[in-house]
Amino acid sequence: MSAKESSNAALRYLNTGNTLQHAFGDVLSYFILLLIGILAFSIRIFSVIKYESVIHEFDPYFNYRVTQFLTKKGIYEFWNWFDDRTWYPLGRVIGGTVYPGLTLTAGSIWWLLNSLNIPLSVETACVFTAPIFSALASWATYLLTKEVKGAGAGLTAAFLLAMVPSYISRSVAGSYDNEAVAIFALIFTFGLYIKTLNTGSLFYATLNSLAYFYMVCSWGGYTFIINLIPMHVLLCVITGRYSSRLYIAYAPLVVLGTLLAASVPVVGFNAVMTSEHFASFLVFIIIQVVAFVYYIKGILSPKMFKVAVTLVVSVGLAVCCAVVAVLIALVASSPTKGWSGRSLSLLDPTYASKYIPIIASVSEHQPPTWPSYFMDINVLAFLVPAGIIACFLPLSDASSFVVLYIATSAYFSGVMVRLMLVLAPAACSTSGIALSEAFDVFTRSIKFQLPGVSKAEIDVGETSSAIAEEQNVAGKTEKPEETSKDRPSRKKKKEREHEEKPTKAKAEKKRLLALPLVATVVSLLLLVFLGAFYVLHCVWAAAEAYSAPSVVLSYRAHGRLHVFDDFREAYAWLRHNTDVNDKVASWWDYGYQTTAMANRTVIVDNNTWNNTHIATVGTAMSSPERAAWDIFHSLDVKYVFVIFGGLIGYPSDDINKFLWMVRIGGGVFPHIKEADYLKDGSYRIDSQATPTMLNCLMYKLSYYRFVETDGKAYDKVRRTEIGKKYFKLTHFEEVFTTHHWMVRIYKLKPPKNMIRGKTKKSKPKTSSRSSSRSGTKKKNPWH
Amino acid sequence: MEAPIRAREILGFTLLSLLFFVCRSSPSHNLLISNAERRIDLSSHIVKVYLTLKVENAGSTPTSEILLAFPPTQVDHLATVEALVTKGKRKKTTIVHLDVKPTELPDAPNETKYFTIYLANPLNSGESTTLEVLYLFTHSLEPFPAEIGQSESQLVFYRDSALILSPYHIKQQTTFLKAPSTKVESFTRVEPTNRAGTEMKYGPYEDRPSYSFSPILIHFENNSPFPVVEELVREVEISHWGNLQVTEQYTLVHGGARHKGVFSRVDYQSRPSLNGVSSLRYLLARLPPRVHSVYYRDEIGNISSSHLRTDSRKSELEIEPRYPLFGGWKATFLIGYGLPLQDFLFESSDDRRYLNFTFGCPLLDTVVDKLTVKVVLPEGSKDPSAVVPFPVEQHFETKYSYLDVVGRTVVVMEKKNLVPVHNSHFQVYYTFKPMFMLAEPLMLTTAFFLFFVACVAYLHIDLSIRK
Repeated sequence: MSAKESSNAALRYLNTGNTLQHAFGDVLSYFILLLIGILAFSIRIFSVIKYESVIHEFDPYFNYRVTQFLTKKGIYEFWNWFDDRTWYPLGRVIGGTVYPGLTLTAGSIWWLLNSLNIPLSVETACVFTAPIFSALASWATYLLTKEVKGAGAGLTAAFLLAMVPSYISRSVAGSYDNEAVAIFALIFTFGLYIKTLNTGSLFYATLNSLAYFYMVCSWGGYTFIINLIPMHVLLCVITGRYSSRLYIAYAPLVVLGTLLAASVPVVGFNAVMTSEHFASFLVFIIIQVVAFVYYIKGILSPKMFKVAVTLVVSVGLAVCCAVVAVLIALVASSPTKGWSGRSLSLLDPTYASKYIPIIASVSEHQPPTWPSYFMDINVLAFLVPAGIIACFLPLSDASSFVVLYIATSAYFSGVMVRLMLVLAPAACSTSGIALSEAFDVFTRSIKFQLPGVSKAEIDVGETSSAIAEEQNVAGKTEKPEETSKDRPSRKKKKEREHEEKPTKAKAEKKRLLALPLVATVVSLLLLVFLGAFYVLHCVWAAAEAYSAPSVVLSYRAHGRLHVFDDFREAYAWLRHNTDVNDKVASWWDYGYQTTAMANRTVIVDNNTWNNTHIATVGTAMSSPERAAWDIFHSLDVKYVFVIFGGLIGYPSDDINKFLWMVRIGGGVFPHIKEADYLKDGSYRIDSQATPTMLNCLMYKLSYYRFVETDGKAYDKVRRTEIGKKYFKLTHFEEVFTTHHWMVRIYKLKPPKNMIRGKTKKSKPKTSSRSSSRSGTKKKNPWH
Repeated sequence: MEAPIRAREILGFTLLSLLFFVCRSSPSHNLLISNAERRIDLSSHIVKVYLTLKVENAGSTPTSEILLAFPPTQVDHLATVEALVTKGKRKKTTIVHLDVKPTELPDAPNETKYFTIYLANPLNSGESTTLEVLYLFTHSLEPFPAEIGQSESQLVFYRDSALILSPYHIKQQTTFLKAPSTKVESFTRVEPTNRAGTEMKYGPYEDRPSYSFSPILIHFENNSPFPVVEELVREVEISHWGNLQVTEQYTLVHGGARHKGVFSRVDYQSRPSLNGVSSLRYLLARLPPRVHSVYYRDEIGNISSSHLRTDSRKSELEIEPRYPLFGGWKATFLIGYGLPLQDFLFESSDDRRYLNFTFGCPLLDTVVDKLTVKVVLPEGSKDPSAVVPFPVEQHFETKYSYLDVVGRTVVVMEKKNLVPVHNSHFQVYYTFKPMFMLAEPLMLTTAFFLFFVACVAYLHIDLSIRK
């Protein structure tokens, strides 16, 4: 009796111990998640600590300006906002052409804080939006990976994502860009899709559509989701993995998601009209058919089913062919086959450089180099293959999704360096799986190898872990027996994949498949070392490489910090010392900053929606002074500024970007020829340069009176003396140059004060130029 | 062109008015000024006038009020008037400040404005006393030419009268004008007039009747920058946790001759002594000692060009605007700093607390056109009242800051046309119970407690519909 009771008590004790252990595990993993969130946030505020709390780069300034408008004027004004301070004289409908997700998010954060009487400025809210969302993104990664391979892999993946440099580069404090929230939305959507796939719950399916909606609000990259998920569904159907859970995961997403997406103004009817969304509808039809077939198969006897299939297939094929033919005709009738330029350049990497120089001119649209993979995802690049293999052992719906995700995003990242950002979560997820599986194997074999551990305990440990395993795999299609059968081979393969030394499992321990103790310990140490290297690299990247705000440049020399704050100096000057309605022309890179910081109307900006307009500015910059003056004057421009790095050696200045101006200008106005600016195919500004180059506006505005600084006019960026040192400006006058000459602002002279004699005198000298000038006058689009 | 025409008009007008004054019978006052000496300092853009008056009571009744008269054009630019009397002889002199108040007189000729000096002891019949009067004018130097290029120096006009405008008969008077340099282009002669170096002497003039006026115009070089703060908002926030946070928002403009044409950086950098001599390169702000967490920024971010020097008596913050300010150029910026509360907050005898802080602008040698001082009292403080040594406009506002429920009372004081003389202390009295300090921590604690209770409750309640 007593023995029984005691055994009962022991069992109860064991049970309570188990639940306690469970509770402890839960609390521990939540605690770790919290720490990961804090880590993700705090690694991104290096920029605020090292520099200042300021908006970075170019696009974030536009988003910041939109947020300011939103918080000042309210949501309805925001939807109807027609911005007349940019793209002069065309203007731009901001409310209908901007992805509002980021702005609305930061605006709501600001509104919430202010309604709690926490008086933070809009700028502060904007600066810290990205770090907050990267914490959320790492939690979303936990969700995604946990659904694929359990909580351990989830935590590892979340940890990896919290500090992956690729994502840090887009989400440091102050980098207030769409990607900052979009990556969270992307991972969360995928996570919820997998969750739905595993549970078959309509609740999660609805949440999934909402997450998709948020993603559509935030970033144009949502097309990746709406193509990847159908691909996965199709894959599952083809490999015979169709289930009702798949149907529940997919059908509501398409229906609800498309409806919601169409309600975002910038997407609108694109959600059903463009080719980017076509795959989702096709797969939607397919999954309906498949579901119907499975249903019919359920009711009919196999013989009847065969008859029905032949009947339906013959009729259905005819109808399908007709529909497909109509669709193809429709799609083919549009010149770009219904694809947008950016999508096309993804599918055909040479497309942009052939047809749209504006897309190709952006550095983040270039294909990445190998070092940038190492820089941006670091050791994950080596762990990914291991993770993929781990995903195949065993292959479930969820893990096949991760494999598909990493494969497609690896391709896209190879086309555009910017899409490395999409690859990063996939890489983190697979690497998390790889690391966690490896640790799993190693710790297990250490457990078996330890001499002090009794056999019974091992058994208990094993069974309990097996139970846990079952629970983990419960939602999946595999049966627990399969898993346990798979386990040894997986270990083996993992080992071969991972370790330098092949496994030499001893025969008597074949059942446990434990590794030799020394090998295990060494491997573990190596893995820890790998992780430490990753952490060090990430911290370095966050602190040094990615946190400089680019509007302020600084370098350390002779123990002192030198700050080049020329951009803001110029913008502040424009803001305070020009009329509020003056129009300022510059290359489009600086458009957003000029409107946001200088509050002046610009001709073109970073939203490159009108190629002709940008080409006009490019033409003006590459024309001689008189022709440029005509173009600018016809655009009502009062000030022109150029970025010049020749004095201090700032390499990304306008002279280095100049060939793109020529190319883009020449693309629309054919009298601008790239060859005129190149001497024997090389771009130079020294005495060997072509006369066209030495007389174009960009050259003159950049080097006006530059020779007086050092007497030789030595350009520190191009590392040469410039070709034409002494010249005068006849149609422009210098009104402001910043302290380090980085920004030079010129004013157009009023027509009556122009010295016409000068230009006439210089005409006979270069007859070839004068002919091109007369051509310019004719082709000036604004006359 | 416009300026000389205007000048001529004014000249004609004032001559007419002079005739008018002379024809009038002398006022009913029985005071007369036996000797007057006026020194006008034109070296900066704030015109300082030191007036020494020897007043004699020639009437039969004792009087304690002495009138100062100003033409209406000067009154608009008058920043402050101070009067003092020195008592005792030799080493035992004491200085007594006298009350000066603007006064309206019903029979003021030609809109002349008056200030009354109230003597401490009435001046008996036959007695005389010596008064020292200091008054400052702002915006009184008119650049001419009004627009200059980068390499030109700045020339200005100053207008005044060779004779002191006074409702009293002046027996003898002299006026000295001090220009900043020897470059004086021209000056009106009202004999006897002498010039020695930077100084011009008008007078002595004997026995001039009341309201005598003789306009003079001086055209001279003044290359000092004219920093004018068009608007300054100072916010002083008291936190009883030990900090006084000051935030100052400036709209700065160079009030000198407007910049014309090109700005060439290469000239400006290579020949600083010839180019942009009147440009405003840096400003010096004198802050209280023990200042901490100083920041200097504008609406687009931090401005890195500033230096802070601190010692035990004062702190000096040297700030450079983002770009050198030429005439007519503007800049806005923000300075913020924290101060230890115990240096500025005291308890008065009637168990109230009071803040003792300086009123004016901490930037040296600047004119402030409009100053708003906001004192943000801690939440829950009552009965605020401000004591300012000169007249200001006052009203109250409510501000909501971190986690406020009822809001903080803000004492707002506004004054126009300030000069550094106004940097005197003012006091804001209020009552405050220390219990209110705990309100916000308690609120936060409660909120977190409720949150965890809600979490616990959620975990223990089964919300499913079906068992």
